[in-house]
Amino acid sequence: MSLLSVQNLSVHYDSIQAVKGISFEVQQGETVCLIGANGAGKTTTLKTLSGLLPASAGEISFDGKRLNGMPAFQIAALNLALVPEGRGIFTRMTVLENLLMGAYNRTDRDNVQREIDEIYTLLPRLQERHQQQAGLLSGGEQQMLALARAMLSKPKLLMLDEPSMGLAPIMVQTIYRIIQTIAQQGITILLIEQNVRLALGISQRGYVMEHGEITLSGAAQTLANDPAVQAAYLGEF
Amino acid sequence: MNVLEALRSKVWLSAGLLLIGLLLLPFLVEAGLGKSWVRILDFALLYIMLALGLNIVVGYAGLLDLGYVAFYAVGAYCWALLASPHFGLNLPFWMILPMGAALAALFGVLLGAPTLRLRGDYLAIVTLGFGEIIRIFMNNLNSPVNITNGPQGITQIEPVSLFGFSLGKTQEVFGLTLSSPHLYYYLFLVCVALVVFVSMRLENSRIGRAWVAIREDEMAAAASGINTRNVKLLAFAMGATFGGLSGGLFASFQGFVSPESFNLMESIMILAMIVLGGMGNIWGVILGAILVTMIPEALRYTGDLQRALFGQVYVDPADLRMLLFGIALVLMMIFRPAGLLPSKQRKRELAEEAP
Repeated sequence: MSLLSVQNLSVHYDSIQAVKGISFEVQQGETVCLIGANGAGKTTTLKTLSGLLPASAGEISFDGKRLNGMPAFQIAALNLALVPEGRGIFTRMTVLENLLMGAYNRTDRDNVQREIDEIYTLLPRLQERHQQQAGLLSGGEQQMLALARAMLSKPKLLMLDEPSMGLAPIMVQTIYRIIQTIAQQGITILLIEQNVRLALGISQRGYVMEHGEITLSGAAQTLANDPAVQAAYLGEF
Repeated sequence: MNVLEALRSKVWLSAGLLLIGLLLLPFLVEAGLGKSWVRILDFALLYIMLALGLNIVVGYAGLLDLGYVAFYAVGAYCWALLASPHFGLNLPFWMILPMGAALAALFGVLLGAPTLRLRGDYLAIVTLGFGEIIRIFMNNLNSPVNITNGPQGITQIEPVSLFGFSLGKTQEVFGLTLSSPHLYYYLFLVCVALVVFVSMRLENSRIGRAWVAIREDEMAAAASGINTRNVKLLAFAMGATFGGLSGGLFASFQGFVSPESFNLMESIMILAMIVLGGMGNIWGVILGAILVTMIPEALRYTGDLQRALFGQVYVDPADLRMLLFGIALVLMMIFRPAGLLPSKQRKRELAEEAP
């Protein structure tokens, strides 16, 4: 059975249908990407999976549990973590306080402290600034912090909403290296990107979303070579 | 003696001095400024409790509440109705004070529940309306059944009485003659200490962090596993509890309540206290409450000053008070936008933004 399964999911903003009956799944240990242009309904999909928006139709099941109608905090407690679009950093808290928010539902304080130390070894920039206000970090550092915070919730599935957004190209590479490191630890990842080449580069499978529907799906390599994908997103003729 | 011990004894010493100072304060104030200032001191303590309550809602959780005085009113009327000849009831103080606080908490949840999705200006408007609704209810609940006695208010409210020891009249304690405002001062001081203690514990708790997280980014807070609904309702309820507590104490101290005491201006003054003092910082809020209570009283003397200087009063001190107070607020917001004692978050922000 797949870790996450979405069947015929529809989401409405009042009368406007943003997601039109999509179905996809993510298997344990996979990195799967959901790619598409602006306004295709990718972020809406992720928000619905996190319980931040209500589904108007369809079924969502995660780790054997039905998520429909479940409030966001209960979904988070099932170890489904979201790194929201624009990173969702608590800007007036310190870096350390932000990290602790990731472990909000955990009671094993010793382990949390050890994991924070590990994060600091891996990302020394965060350690240097751990008492500074998170809002004063650079965009890339904030993205690192958002990833680290999500990892502290011990996710079974990590959902990333456009981690490359608004970052300098060199920073994008750094962030993607971190994401690959996370994937290598066996964490299942659902990645949303407009940067199709990058996303397909680190994923095993992908889904292409257009106007609220999934139009193509398959192995990442196949999608990257698909003439329609190349024409629409990769700019190669 | 090592450094830590020295430091610890220093902390104890200063705490002891502070306590002695606080215990002697009403006598010093009476000797220096006159009897009426002891009453003003009592009111300052009441406003500290109110401001710390509103600080939970506005300062920690970031929910702008312009109708906070409603909870003060609920607590005050709860006491007034249960300990006055109006209904012929005279329940003991240890019973009605928690009841008033609990009733206010219930009203806090009643206000919070329908406004969970609102933020900022929209929430401010709804809470403002709520505050007015409560006041207008108090004003009109005198017919067909007379519950609140309408605009006349409720009189002859029983003072606080502990084991037959009434705080409402002058008493002999350990050979000292203490008037009613002195006695209330010590009761209020204990209550303020309690409220400060609870605020401090909340600030550094898991709930305190959840409030800050909701203030910063509600969506990210929900995605971090915070039950945003309950945590917000808890902020409303906690803030209202402090309001209800001070309301009850106010009714017993004053001996009289009427809807007039709970108008919009009161809500705004309490908000001004926390903005002026430093939103989110307990010591800042206390300072703000003291200043906002004391300064208008001190400005009353401008009448005497005018008479001494010019032989007559040109500007009514009541008008001058609001003018000077307004100027003080404007200047504060220009030069110290985060308040006199900014919260630790704001302090960091200001420190790091400076080049």
